[in-house]
Amino acid sequence: MTDMTMIQAINSALDVMMTRDDTITVMGEDVGYFGGVFRATAGLQDKYGTSRVFDTPISECGIIGVAIGMGAYGLRPVPEIQFADYIYPALDQLVSEAARLRYRSAGEFTAPITVRSPFGGGIFGGQTHSQSPEGIFTHCSGLKTVIPSTPYDAKGLLIAAIEDNDPVLFFEPKRLYNGPFHGHYDRPAKGWAGHADADVPEGYYRIDLGKARVVREGADLTILTYGTMVHVVATTLDEMDGAPQADLIDLRSLIPLDIETIEASVKKTGRCLIVHEATRTSGFGAELAALVQERCFGHLEAPVLRVTGFDTPYPHALEWAYFPGPVRISQALRQIMKD
Amino acid sequence: METTREAGPATYGANHPRLALHVPQPPARPGEPADFSGIPIPPAGVVDRPPTDAAADTLRDLPYTLIRVLDDKGEAVGAWNPGLSEEVLRAMLRAMVLTRAFDDRMFRAQRQGKTSFYMKSLGEEAVSIAAAFALDDADMLFPSYRQQGLLIARNWDLVDMMNQIFSNRADRMKGRQLPIMYSVKKAGFFSISGNLATQYPQAVGWAMASAARGDTRIAASWLGEGSTAEGDFHSACTFASVYRAPVILNVVNNQWAISSFSGFAGAEATTFAARGLGYGMASLRVDGNDALAVYAATRWAAERARTNMGPTLIEHVTYRAEGHSTSDDPGAYRSSAEAKAWPLGCPVARLKDHLIALGAWDEERHTAMEQEVMAQVRKAQKEAEAHGILGHGLNQPLDTMFEGVFDHMPWHLAEQEAQMLAEWQAAGLPDIVAETPREPGA
Repeated sequence: MTDMTMIQAINSALDVMMTRDDTITVMGEDVGYFGGVFRATAGLQDKYGTSRVFDTPISECGIIGVAIGMGAYGLRPVPEIQFADYIYPALDQLVSEAARLRYRSAGEFTAPITVRSPFGGGIFGGQTHSQSPEGIFTHCSGLKTVIPSTPYDAKGLLIAAIEDNDPVLFFEPKRLYNGPFHGHYDRPAKGWAGHADADVPEGYYRIDLGKARVVREGADLTILTYGTMVHVVATTLDEMDGAPQADLIDLRSLIPLDIETIEASVKKTGRCLIVHEATRTSGFGAELAALVQERCFGHLEAPVLRVTGFDTPYPHALEWAYFPGPVRISQALRQIMKD
Repeated sequence: METTREAGPATYGANHPRLALHVPQPPARPGEPADFSGIPIPPAGVVDRPPTDAAADTLRDLPYTLIRVLDDKGEAVGAWNPGLSEEVLRAMLRAMVLTRAFDDRMFRAQRQGKTSFYMKSLGEEAVSIAAAFALDDADMLFPSYRQQGLLIARNWDLVDMMNQIFSNRADRMKGRQLPIMYSVKKAGFFSISGNLATQYPQAVGWAMASAARGDTRIAASWLGEGSTAEGDFHSACTFASVYRAPVILNVVNNQWAISSFSGFAGAEATTFAARGLGYGMASLRVDGNDALAVYAATRWAAERARTNMGPTLIEHVTYRAEGHSTSDDPGAYRSSAEAKAWPLGCPVARLKDHLIALGAWDEERHTAMEQEVMAQVRKAQKEAEAHGILGHGLNQPLDTMFEGVFDHMPWHLAEQEAQMLAEWQAAGLPDIVAETPREPGA
């Protein structure tokens, strides 16, 4: 075990898997010689050669289309989309091709690709380096969507995603790359060093997709969240006066979703708050709220509430008015406990 | 002398001529005589055949001419004549006639209500069949929806193709795809999407993987000229060029994309082969109704690909002699005189005439062969229909709807499957019993 940042953990997952399986191919804009704009692929080209780790043209449609063809050949590509905000030119290849190939060919051809992409805000990235588009992909049949919140989970989930025989969108909360973010933009940033979840095995391990992590337990309410917001919610609970005792659940994987853990918790607590950074309308929170009321209505003591980003483009200068931080979360907590 | 004007940009509209938007119009619409004067046809045999190791930048004239081998007398002339044996020529002719017979029967089957949809390749059979003959059987094909000739040239089982068309109990695709969207891994034929041009970057990726692994197989892909307007086409060309992928990128210029003539993909401004020049790719423009020219061009491109000389773009100039599919009436948007007036003729007739000119074929043998392949198609159709037709309703067990979305079914799909089965039971309807899978042969 060693202390790793989330970037180092992702790099380690790629390294471990590329050693184990020579069909794994890493590709994307700036991922080769330079090692990625966030350094996630640093050192891999030196170690595995340019046929297995290479830079690509600035063409997301091409990156994913080529990865699908490589998958059909028998490789296991791990393409990187440099920012999730840039993924839209690849949408047809993801939604109509990768997601449908197994089904439409009755299993003759599959797309065992893992699309890594930094997502989410909190770094003054403006509207083109901050988005959380996971809800677009969870809406499409045939895609899996995975979002880690710690270095330990990032490595174990990425290994499971690469081993998965279906296309997986692996969204990496870039605000967490170098340290947990507690939601206070005006406080000094903290690194991962010394954090319990930054203690990462150097070798192989996997965390199965579809298993949520119960970050902390409490009897008053259930909070469903993922990615950066796991840390923001935890800090809010720690610092809020009269904070309720919450089951804080890090979903980790949206498709497949760990419905058992969600259901058991809400039936226990009777209250459910959903927190995500993505825009509100038709976001994954809407799906969670629907599932909770369909399955746990008789146990609910208050309406299911959502804390989300607003339905505006992600603003630059007003980032911290947009971001669902401790103030928005604590107000929702007070309301849900009052109802 | 400067005109007197305050500093700053020109006033909006000052002294400029009015602009006009150019919206392309085809040379002929219904009721008008056909007009192909915009497609110059050089004589057969006049285009030089560069060596396959020629640098791409020495080949820049080729996209603006037309490689033709068969002349008006049915003789094979010029440097591109592939010099095929009579046996191969007859095999190509048979595959073309068989494809035409298959199309004819399946088109009728749709009209008879036996299935929902069909697309013929009438008039452009040479484009896929001659290419399949020029490639190795192990090379991987990424077709669009009008290259059924590739499967037929690779001797794939007609019954298996028809089972897919009828979405019947023996359909290996389990009735999931629109008719003719075949997938035949055993024949090196990638699953047809139905979305346009998506197969192009996939073919490039397959070829890149083959090169990265030190394999010897190459890839080839096809799309229509209309689809060259898709971003995927340009992404594929960029990747193919950047990584010198061992891939052949075919553009089937059959003049029409449903009701939109090739001008809406840019044909008024340049040729489709010339699209390759901007990517620094070797690019050929070929008489697509000349099986020998298609064969020779494909062979040349394959030789380049196999020797790490990179990709080739080939424009096949041909004519879609039928509607886009069973769903459109071409009489509503184009001149019905066009098919007859098409200056490159019929690919079957031209190859047949060539064999006759060689003394290797005659009308009697041809008629006999046409009857033989039609009997083969009829026999296959009878066998396929014994496994059911779409027109008779559901042919697949209900739970096949939920299989194969993922490798392992997640809970939400399992719940939805249970709901569907319960609905079906509540309506008092029986489940559909699976048929023992039929093993297709070549």
